Order: sequence, then C-alpha cells, then structure tokens
Amino acid sequence: MSERQTLIEVRGLCNRFGRNSVHENLDLDLYRGEILGVVGGSGTGKSVLLRSIVGLIRPSEGEVRLFGQNLLTLPAAERSRLEQRMGVLFQGGALFSSLTVRENVALPLIEHAGLSRKDAEELAEVKLALSGLAAHAGDLYPASLSGGMVKRASLARALALDPDVVFLDEPTAGLDPIGAADFDQLLLTLRNALGLTVFMVTHDLDSLWTACDRIAVLSQKRVLVADTPERVADYDNPWIQNYFNGPRGRAAYRAVNGS
Amino acid sequence: MTLQVDSTPPALDRAGEQLRLSGHWTLAQHGMLKQLLAATPVPSGAISLGGIEGLDTAGATLLAQWLGVDRLEQAIAADSALQPERRALLETLVKALRREPAPVAETVSPLVQALTLLGQQTEQLARHFWQLSGFIGLVLQSLMGILFRPGRWRMTAWVNQVHQTGLNAVPIVALLTFLVGAVVAFLGATVLGEFGAEIYTVNLVAYSFLREFGVLLAAILLAGRTASAFTAQIGSMKANEELDALRTLGLNPIELLVIPRVLALLITLPLLTFVAVMSGLAGGALVSLVALDIPLGQYLGILADVPLKHYIVGLAKAPIFAFVVAVIGCMEGFKVSGSAESVGRHTTSSVVQSIFMVILLDAVAALFCMEMGW
Repeated sequence: MSERQTLIEVRGLCNRFGRNSVHENLDLDLYRGEILGVVGGSGTGKSVLLRSIVGLIRPSEGEVRLFGQNLLTLPAAERSRLEQRMGVLFQGGALFSSLTVRENVALPLIEHAGLSRKDAEELAEVKLALSGLAAHAGDLYPASLSGGMVKRASLARALALDPDVVFLDEPTAGLDPIGAADFDQLLLTLRNALGLTVFMVTHDLDSLWTACDRIAVLSQKRVLVADTPERVADYDNPWIQNYFNGPRGRAAYRAVNGS
Repeated sequence: MTLQVDSTPPALDRAGEQLRLSGHWTLAQHGMLKQLLAATPVPSGAISLGGIEGLDTAGATLLAQWLGVDRLEQAIAADSALQPERRALLETLVKALRREPAPVAETVSPLVQALTLLGQQTEQLARHFWQLSGFIGLVLQSLMGILFRPGRWRMTAWVNQVHQTGLNAVPIVALLTFLVGAVVAFLGATVLGEFGAEIYTVNLVAYSFLREFGVLLAAILLAGRTASAFTAQIGSMKANEELDALRTLGLNPIELLVIPRVLALLITLPLLTFVAVMSGLAGGALVSLVALDIPLGQYLGILADVPLKHYIVGLAKAPIFAFVVAVIGCMEGFKVSGSAESVGRHTTSSVVQSIFMVILLDAVAALFCMEMGW
C-alpha cells in the first residue's frame, strides 16, 4: 500500500464540552478501500469522533477534510453532495419509525438520485437483499425488527446511494456471535464488491481481527496508534496490552488466526 | 437534485454476434440506463461486460433485471475480461437476488375489505371500553390497597404533579376563562339589549360560569395540557422498557405512576375550576363596567342573589372530569408500543378521547340536573 489515497484527514481536532475536553490535537487518516476499526475505552470519544467527521458536531478546534474538502465551510448544496458520498449506520439503527424498511432505504434514492418511487423501491429491495435481509422484511416497520435485522436494514440505508465511505457505530454490538460473524463477512464481501471504505467504531474483538485492515486506538484524548492489528496488538501501552492480550483478546486472536 | 456526473454515458454496441457494454453504469445514469435498456431487446448471443468503466449496485441491478439472473450469471462466467471487483459485485448481487421471494399476499375484494375494516373497528371500540373499565378497576383496586397504609403514599410525586398540573396551569386557565367571560358578556349585551334587558347580562355570565363554563373550560384545558403530558410521560417510559423494569423490581407501575397523577388531578381540577369561575366573572364584570355601565357594586349585588346550588352543581362535576381525564391520559400511556411514533399517536388519541368524554359527561350531567330540578 505505497500510494494509498487519503479520503479523510483529521488534523488537530479538539472537542470540548464545557470544561470537559474529549479530544485534544487528534490526527487521523482514512485511506481508500480500507476498513479502519476505531477502539477505545468508554468515554474516550469514539462516537464524538465519528460525529465530528460526518459533520454533526462542529469541532472546537482543528479541521476535518473529507475528499479534500472541509464539510463545515462548504455551501449547503455542495455539502449535501459531499454528504451523499457517505453513509452512516448509527448505533441504534436510527431507522425512521414511521416508514417501512423498504421506504427507509428508498428515501435517499427518491430525494437525491431522482428515481421514481417504483424504481427506488425495487433498488431498495436489492440493497436489502445485499445486506442479507429476508424478502418479507421490506414491508415491516422498524419497531417489529430484531436487533440484527435493524443493523442490516440500517446498513442497507447507509449503502443506498452507493457511497464511497461508510461509518459504522458499533455495528455488531447487541448481536449474537453468529449474527456478528455474519455481519463481519457481509462487510468484507461488500467492501470487496463495492470498493467501500469503512470507518467502524467497535468493541468487538472478533470484528477487529476478522474485518479490519487497520486499527486506531483512541486514548488520552488522541489517537495513540493507528496501524495493522498485529502491530497495534504489540504496541507498548498498558491499556492496549490489556485490551488485546487480556483473556478475551487472546481468545479472539486464536479464533481468527489459529493456534 | 442529481449526483455528480463526471462520467461517460452508458452504451450498448453490437459487434457481430456479441453485444458490448461500455460507459458508466451507475446511479447517476439511472434514468438514461432505464431508457436504453427498455429500447434494447434482450440479446440471444454473447455479452461482453469488460468495457464497463463504472458499475455500482444500481447499474448492476438494472442489468440483472434486464438480462435475468441466470443470463447474467452465464455472462459473468463467460467474460474473462471483467475486472475482479466488478465480478465480485455482480456475483454478490446474483447471490442476493437468488434468495427466497416473499410470499405473495392474497388479494381481497374492496367490499370484503370494507366489511373487515368495519368489523375490526367496532371490535376495537368495544375492546377499548372494556380496557378502560378494566383500567379504572385496576386504579381503584390499587387505590384501596394503599388507602389505609400512609407509608405507601407517594407524597413527593403527588406534590410534584399538583405543582405541574395545577399551579403551572393557573395562568392559562385564568386568561382563557377571563376572555370567554368577556365574550359571553358581550354576547349577552347584544342579544338582551334588544329586549332592554341588559342587566340580565350579569345573570347570564354568572349562571353559565358557575354551572357549566368554569368547570368545562378548566377540564378541557386540563385534557389538552395534562392528559397529553401523562400519555407522553408514561408512553416514553413504556417505549424505553422502564415500565417492565419497574415490574421486574417488584414495583407496581399503577401505584407509582398512575395513583399520584389521578389524585393530583382530583385536587387540582376543583381548584382550577374555582380559578376559572372567578376569572370568568371578572371578565364579565369588566365588560359590564365598560360596555354596559353597570358599576361593580351592582354587579356584585346581582351575583349575591344567585343561588349557591349552581356553583355546587358545577364544582361537583370537577372530580369526575378529573378522574376521567387522568385515567384516559395514563391508560393511553400504557398502551404505547415500542416506537416513538406510537407515543405520538396515543398522545393525540388521549387528548381527543378525554375532551370527548368530558363534553359527553357534561351533557349527561346537564340533562340529569335539569330533570332533578337542581
């Protein structure tokens, strides 16, 4: 990966809420085609980082450049165009509860791609199939979905406009191990098929070992290290050692890499 | 609004037996692709996919719909010039499209549908009243359970509810009834003036507010302001599984949440009724003074001659209305299921129902009192 293209650059990011500072001088890069796992203890600002990258939070200081542009300084029309190149899967799914699953996925297609309702719903059905949902799920309302189905439906919506980058906030949290493993495989398949770039906040050690090309560790209000899983696991820091070489970390490593 | 278009348009070229696909087959070209494919018959010969410069799921889906999944799979397998990532995308899509189709719903004739709907709604209405009386029973039962055990009286919650539903509602109730009082007085002045009986405007305001308007307006305001709040509070707790959490902790949600609210309204509505009557009479007094030149002393003199029983009839309805409003507000909260949308739907329903019930009961009470000569 000598000439990798940077899609997202975070430089000198600071986020403060009142007197509480979450990020100080945080730098991070996201390269095209990779799956980046972001880990960190509770309260280290993983979700805040995700929200500042996608432009939901205005950082106190510093800059986030998406595709070489700063989202927050763009005029509304260009900003919307840039936002259409990103898909976000929120932690709770954030499916619109008054729309069926199919309508949820079709919404951005109708609004942004200018498709007719019929075309949009047909395409939405394909996205749902790609996300691994059963055929009858499209007609259901989000309230009647199981946790795993919510994640898949939400992924289908994030993928609706064929974005370049998808942001996933704890996609496997609350899934059973089989569902979580399926989700990891789905992510890899879609990445390879669609050429996606993935920014994934996760606590799931299995996901980190199976799916991620690089792992960024958030600690002490910045990115402590961002490198391949093997190198991160060898990094000399007590928290990282605890995380990757604790009983759960070792078990996940053995499960994925054998012995 | 369209997506960024910086791509060569899609094209189909026939080269002998072979059909060659080229250009960008993406979401941005969706409309053009659809036209193109509709105008081209599905070819019988070989298909070359190697010339495609850009492909996403939207383009691939159109391709699959046009060719059919089986033909597309053959084309992928036969085409060696296809880039690996395009191949992966098409193969993933083919696999996804091969899943079990959803069972087709049976079509029903409109007449049967209409009858079904009528039946369902009638049943729902019956079930609703059944539920309401069940809920009232539950509330009374819980109330009896704690009545003689002062240790289980939730005084803090009760005081808080009295504060929110009573004290905080005083300004709006007072303002509204003051205005209605003034309006009734104007109305009286206009109509009674024709008979030279302006002086009876005072009686009109006094009777209407003491008997009906004071309690009715206060109850309707309470239904709009408080029943909705009860439904939203309890409903969002239900959506958040907090009610289940209470039950698993061995606590009774009726006792914790409903009883303080019901008891609070039982106190606040009579008090608000008093406020409403007073400010309605004040509104009438102001109009009488300004428009009819009836001095305040004379106004009060006429008021003093109005029998007390009218005020008592009005006030006696207050606890009944309060109970109905509180019970409907709370019950709709308990009926919320899961989503935020459901909270909204039940909040609307609780306001409509409680206003309906208040007016219905008031009409029944008016008839009853008239027959009894009260």
